Amino acid sequence: MFPEQLNVPLGKWVNQFVDWLVVNYGAAFEAFADSLLTVLVALEQVLRGAPWWVVLIAIAAITWHASKNWKLVVGLVVAMFAIGMLGLWDKAMQTLALMIVATSLSVLIGIPVGIAMAMSNRLRAVILPILDTMQTMPSFVYLIPALMLFGLGKVPAILATVIYAAPPVMRLTDLGIRLVDQEVLEASRSFGASRKQILFGVQLPLALPNIMAGINQTTMMSISMVVIASMIGARGLGEQVLMGIQRLDVGAGMEAGVAIVLLAVVFDRIGQAYGKRSQRSHDAEDA
Amino acid sequence: MSYIEIRNIFKIFGPEPQSALELAKGGADKDEILAKTGHTVGLHDVSLSIEQGETFVVMGLSGSGKSTLIRHLNRLIDPTAGEVSFGGEDILAMDIPTLNAFRRKRLGMVFQRFGLLPHRNVMDNVAYGLEIQGTARKEREAAASKWIERVGLAGYEAKYPDQLSGGMQQRVGLARALATDPEVLLMDEAFSALDPLIRSDMQDELMKLQAELHKTIVFITHDLDEALKIGDRIAILKDGKLVQVGRPEEIVLRPADDYVQAFTRDVNRSRVLRAKSIMEPITSGESQAVNEDWPSIQAHARLADILPVALANGTSMTVRDAKDTAIGTLSPQQIVEALEG
Repeated sequence: MFPEQLNVPLGKWVNQFVDWLVVNYGAAFEAFADSLLTVLVALEQVLRGAPWWVVLIAIAAITWHASKNWKLVVGLVVAMFAIGMLGLWDKAMQTLALMIVATSLSVLIGIPVGIAMAMSNRLRAVILPILDTMQTMPSFVYLIPALMLFGLGKVPAILATVIYAAPPVMRLTDLGIRLVDQEVLEASRSFGASRKQILFGVQLPLALPNIMAGINQTTMMSISMVVIASMIGARGLGEQVLMGIQRLDVGAGMEAGVAIVLLAVVFDRIGQAYGKRSQRSHDAEDA
Repeated sequence: MSYIEIRNIFKIFGPEPQSALELAKGGADKDEILAKTGHTVGLHDVSLSIEQGETFVVMGLSGSGKSTLIRHLNRLIDPTAGEVSFGGEDILAMDIPTLNAFRRKRLGMVFQRFGLLPHRNVMDNVAYGLEIQGTARKEREAAASKWIERVGLAGYEAKYPDQLSGGMQQRVGLARALATDPEVLLMDEAFSALDPLIRSDMQDELMKLQAELHKTIVFITHDLDEALKIGDRIAILKDGKLVQVGRPEEIVLRPADDYVQAFTRDVNRSRVLRAKSIMEPITSGESQAVNEDWPSIQAHARLADILPVALANGTSMTVRDAKDTAIGTLSPQQIVEALEG
């Protein structure tokens, strides 16, 4: 037996810290949660309120814009159509709204953090282990404090998703900026470009293929979180899977699983097409 | 005082350069300092004066510190000790905004692997310097077009760097550096990555441009033939130390040490040496030395151009200056001796 007098009451400290947060900053968390919820609900209403064919046209238009490949457009529209045929259209739209908000938040936080990591080796050394922790820590562990701070529902689901899904975009933004050719950077500096001009004119555009790959990974990871998110009250396809498990309804679970996979395929292909476009932007212009 | 003054520059790479600096100032050499402190000496007490309008070549092998040296001129690298000034202005004292303004207005740089922005087409690459300065699009594209045409790339404005050959990419690099009309052109092994024929073309092109523009050019190379061809003066670096500075003929005729001598051994001397530097000078009142039947040659003519004349006649030749005054004589024997070295 490990000697008990060496035990560290980490659990107790964390509890005290979370209690302290709830007591002192509860109002601030609530205000933040409310604004996030407003955005999410509005988006959800638009997606669920729009006729199904409008959504399909939108998907087709985005795919065409990304890939200029009509075969891909047809394929992805068929995939979305199949989700409707499974009778899961409405739930898919709920999941879609959750995903879009979580991914946007991840990217909004992730890109600036990635840039900061690329600028400072010291900051990078601090953040990398945090990212590792965020990705390996079982999500239920941070779902509990998120629940305490924000209550049941969509907001803690989004936050849990962001914690899990934001690291790839941070890592790949950092990597992309670090991989920019040193001689190109020197050239830019030799012409007297300021740090801002170098960042926006050289580093970010050249890191874009990597950043796009990061956004794509982040999107995929946020889809994979929908089932867990449903456990704390987020509606959508995950809820259907959860119901399938609870009722031992293998068929219903499978239907929802297939719908999640189809949604993932659609977003993966769109993301990849944008990634390729950012890599070879000038070929498209030549064509 | 010369236009660009570099005074006692030391550059030491490593975590604590100051400690190694003391050793270097005490006369310890590169290997000794590396063994004792783990620091690498990039430049060791280098002083140079570069005149306005000259093409100044810094030559050295890899690791000699030549690329480090050129980066001190626009402070892409800061020295560990020493001074750098342009027209009396101490550039090491500049803060970042002043330094950036100085780089924008007065310097242009060309890189070995071109350093072009891969996401921008030829037009936007050439206009980059002007864009950084905040010049309006119309104006900068007009200036860029002029230089694109000047380097022979008209019609390629919308192409991207990876669609061009190496030689064409470096023409873009040259046009980009010239587009801001800088006083000083820094060229870091600008032609080293090119095929020999293209390289020779680019050297000719640069010399043609320079004959009109009279920029101050600092050109880095590891190729002595290139240095001798384009340089008004040449500095030779070895292990971060300056070995010799001089005009091409001085380097070939009077190498400072065995190291320089070894370099000059394979040089085609007929392309470097000029009549004036190997002739027998005529002191005034000695005009009887000149035979009226001898062919005349220009004082600045290269031996390569004189040889056909010498072979056709077999006699000595009269060397005349720009005013057509006879200033010396040159015999076939002298030519042979000069070529043998």
